[in-house]
Amino acid sequence: MDMKVADRGVTMSGHDAGQPVTRNEQANHELSIRVRDLNLWYGDTQALKNISADVFQKNVTALIGPSGCGKSTFLRCLNRMNDLIPSVRLNGLIEMDGRDINEAKMDEVALRRRVGMVFQKPNPFPKSIYENIAYAPRMHDLVSRKADQDELVEKALREAGLWNEVKDKLQQPGTSLSGGQQQRLCIARAIAVQPDVILMDEPTSALDPISTATIEDLIDKLKQDFTIITVTHNMQQAARVADYTAFFHLGEMVEYNDTKTMFANPHTKKAEDYITGRYG
Amino acid sequence: MRQSFDDISAQLKGRHRKSARLKWMSMGALGLAGLFLVFFFTDMLIKGLPAFQQAQVQVQVDYNEMAQDIPLAAVEEDVRPLVSRGYLRLIPGRMEDNPDLLGTTRMEWVLADGQVDQYLKGHHTNLSASEESVVDELAAEGRAELKFNTNFFTRGDSKMPELAGIASAAMGTVMTLLVTIAVAFPIGVMTAVYLEEFAPDNRFTQMIEININNLAAIPSILFGLLGLAIFINFFGVPRSSPLVGGLTLALMTLPVIIIATRTALRSVPDTIRHAAFGVGCSRWQVVRDHVLPVSMPGIMTGSIIGLAQAMGETAPLIIVGMVAFIPDVTATFTDAATVMPAQIFTWAGEPDRAFTEKTAGGILVLLTILIALNATAVVLRKKFERRW
Repeated sequence: MDMKVADRGVTMSGHDAGQPVTRNEQANHELSIRVRDLNLWYGDTQALKNISADVFQKNVTALIGPSGCGKSTFLRCLNRMNDLIPSVRLNGLIEMDGRDINEAKMDEVALRRRVGMVFQKPNPFPKSIYENIAYAPRMHDLVSRKADQDELVEKALREAGLWNEVKDKLQQPGTSLSGGQQQRLCIARAIAVQPDVILMDEPTSALDPISTATIEDLIDKLKQDFTIITVTHNMQQAARVADYTAFFHLGEMVEYNDTKTMFANPHTKKAEDYITGRYG
Repeated sequence: MRQSFDDISAQLKGRHRKSARLKWMSMGALGLAGLFLVFFFTDMLIKGLPAFQQAQVQVQVDYNEMAQDIPLAAVEEDVRPLVSRGYLRLIPGRMEDNPDLLGTTRMEWVLADGQVDQYLKGHHTNLSASEESVVDELAAEGRAELKFNTNFFTRGDSKMPELAGIASAAMGTVMTLLVTIAVAFPIGVMTAVYLEEFAPDNRFTQMIEININNLAAIPSILFGLLGLAIFINFFGVPRSSPLVGGLTLALMTLPVIIIATRTALRSVPDTIRHAAFGVGCSRWQVVRDHVLPVSMPGIMTGSIIGLAQAMGETAPLIIVGMVAFIPDVTATFTDAATVMPAQIFTWAGEPDRAFTEKTAGGILVLLTILIALNATAVVLRKKFERRW
């Protein structure tokens, strides 16, 4: 199995082939989100079939699989962004902090405060860089005084690794930055409200390799404070950054394992075929 | 079977000819439209520019005792028919305000009668031969001239063409449009925001959209009948006031603003809304803080264009009575008023030939304001579009 993985040239960044990659050895096993028997329909088409998974805190979980297999749909369920699509119908349990996030009493605005999202194509607000970060915390009453806002903006930009590049141009529009910088701005915007979980929907697929590497390093740093669930089309990226990997195929979660096992020793044939590149 | 380039080119000749014909036809259509525009503007300018000049004559004004009661006595007999009656009527009042004038005699430039004005501009008049010769003499001495017509911009309507001005109509238009904006803009924008951002997409809302589009195409005179029946007869709003005119025009402009706002809202990409939802905004916050600021330039452009359309509407305002004779500038929103298109309509119906140029002059003023409004809309749109 190792040979096959090595044949495909899947390398783990920064280490010799064969050496175990240093992951978060004290991997947190506290539960963040629990999913049980989740089914979702777009109109009459079933897009998710009986998904069950446990996502653990302060880890990076990658969702991989071929196009159209339901990874992004599943991701959007976790912060109820699918509510915005009128034809969506779902049943099943998604539990966070002991509460079903889909129940009538749950305020989706409160949910999205704790579960943030970074989208595939960077979408900063058409406001200044400062306002992009300061808007949401101000709206959620986390800060009010200008000094507090300044501090929060700086902290978020530093954590996203963007502070040195933009500290002199905070009043410029967010859209004036490069693609990679915009995506880091969106990440800074997401972490500014201090969520528990950050969902990332193919965050680097629209970016060049250097920006991609920067953001992957950022994800590695961020997982010490946040739970990160990321959808990626790029298997190597999953191997590089993720602690746990889930493989989706045609709406089913076929396999869910820690990354080492998934890539070195996949338990199912479908996962093995995908990972070794038999189909894309 | 392989074809050479020459073979293919020979086959293509017919298609190229058709293309060229279509191109020339399109250019011809554009040229024709341009020609109509040029013809219209030239005609208006030729007829209207003279309205901005008014004849004045320099005569001896004798502020004697008789003039206090019979103003005609203030001027010599041979120039009496040449001086504007409107000017003469003001003399007793001036003598009362300024008692020092009594007993003095002065050479003054006074407003000439409308017939003199028309004569100096080269049109056929009712002046007798002797009156004409007096005018010729004065002109030769440099005592009869065409001067800039400030009365046109400072005075309201008058039965005497030399005193007729567009000021009261302009004020009426401004007041009417103020009422129109105040009513149509908030209601229109809020309706469109609801329909676009909050309402579910079902048959009912689709029907509403179809009906609003139809409303925008209804002949405007029907809105006048609606205004007459509802505002004047049912609610008792004073007839011929800027209030009722503004309300009627607001009904007419509402569909235009709703459609323009919906278009502007639709052009805001969904990614912005998703980003705002993603950081935990409620739907109203998404609209107020993110969608509206971005779409406001488009909304304003559409509203300005709708307003410019409303400004030129005559038929509905005629039905609600705004064709009254308004010599004084209107004071409040409930007094009788008239609007510029209605004033032009009234002048066009006057038998006195001197009013022809007033009509054209009024049209020129109206056109200038309309072009300025539309240019503002274009500038606004260009300025904010780039910021994206």
